[in-house]
Amino acid sequence: MAGKVKDEILHDHNQDGVDRRGFLKCMAWAGTGAFCVIQGGVLKSYSLSRLSELGAKEAMGELSFVQISDSHMGFNKPANPDVAGTLKAAVDKINGLSVPPEFMLHTGDISHLSKPEEFDTVDQILKSAKPKDVFYVPGEHDVLNDDGKQFLERYGKGSKGGGWYSFDKKGVHFVGLVNVMNLKAGGLGTLGHDQLEWLEDDVKHLKPSTPIVVFAHIPLWSVYPEWGWGTEDSAQALGYLKKFGSVTVLNGHIHQTMQKIEGNVTFHTAASTAFPQPAPGKADSPGPMKVPAEQLKSVLGITDVNHVQGQHALAVVDSSLA
Amino acid sequence: MRRSVFIAGLAATLLLGMGALGVGQKNFVASAQPETTEVKIDNFTFGPAALTVPVGATVTWTNKDDIPHTVVSTDDPKAFKSKVLDTDEKFSFTFSKAGTYPYFCSIHPKMTGKVIVQ
Repeated sequence: MAGKVKDEILHDHNQDGVDRRGFLKCMAWAGTGAFCVIQGGVLKSYSLSRLSELGAKEAMGELSFVQISDSHMGFNKPANPDVAGTLKAAVDKINGLSVPPEFMLHTGDISHLSKPEEFDTVDQILKSAKPKDVFYVPGEHDVLNDDGKQFLERYGKGSKGGGWYSFDKKGVHFVGLVNVMNLKAGGLGTLGHDQLEWLEDDVKHLKPSTPIVVFAHIPLWSVYPEWGWGTEDSAQALGYLKKFGSVTVLNGHIHQTMQKIEGNVTFHTAASTAFPQPAPGKADSPGPMKVPAEQLKSVLGITDVNHVQGQHALAVVDSSLA
Repeated sequence: MRRSVFIAGLAATLLLGMGALGVGQKNFVASAQPETTEVKIDNFTFGPAALTVPVGATVTWTNKDDIPHTVVSTDDPKAFKSKVLDTDEKFSFTFSKAGTYPYFCSIHPKMTGKVIVQ
């Protein structure tokens, strides 16, 4: 693992106790299993292997949740003939975290072909995860054949329109967005007028100090438009979130971890629990990428997210399944 | 007697065959590309992306990719719309009217193609 990050605040531009450069440095080793927490304005880093040495309060701050994505239940091609097995391994990983997450976010492509038995299998496997509450947003594979009717019946209680909704946990405001419906030929992900209007209204009265977490399937930033890895009207959505001191955007769809920080917004994509996809432009197409069987679990993963009360930025840590 | 019947039959066959050849030849000369009514879906691509067929032709799309795709007309109202095609599944549509029919994959909207019917 890389050397320890400096603990002091170097440049506190926003006077919110968050040192962006230090945070970025820490984020750079997230892929190796580093764990970063902002506590009292100081960025502390620990390697995941040392987590057991830390007290729960010290390690985790006040809100902890996990993001999983792209389980593609029903996929059975060479890139991974056993996606149920790797999803189970992800659940084992979640259950092994030293501080149990309070809930889980699934950022879509739960199923591979929108088949009822595929959704049923995922529900079954997730029952054995310690966090009992799971919040879902659909991927394009979840809304095939029926314009999302089945997805909404299963996971859309209390949601609006195509399945968008928001909720609060310990002072953090969560917004689930849907950008996989009504896709236009040649286009990217799309949020649409109704959802954008709803979003503007939903966050209008929140204090700028409220940490915001937005989760949606397709990335809300332009990762690689040639492969459809972006959302056409996300700029408008982000415009409504400009006033907030801390915005964390969690996405899936691209089956690899990627991160970008832009001002107060941290964009992050999760690995899939099913199969990896190539890095932008590194293959002819964004299809399932085959890796040697013994390497598969190292390119699949979960994302652990922690928020310490009073600190704005959330700590986002990826860990692979092996 | 048998031999003459045989020869007559052979001659008839030859004539028929030549007739068929003649028809085939006419079409071959008329269109710049060989007649094909198959579209192969592979690597997130419709191949060929632009397909020209005569009125009344049936086009069959076959998904050879390892990920599902759909074939959906972009006209309003949609001229055709396949269900989800997993690997090796097919969708066929018969084009009874001349025109240009653009379509795309509704799961991966960057994938586009068109059928030109004339």
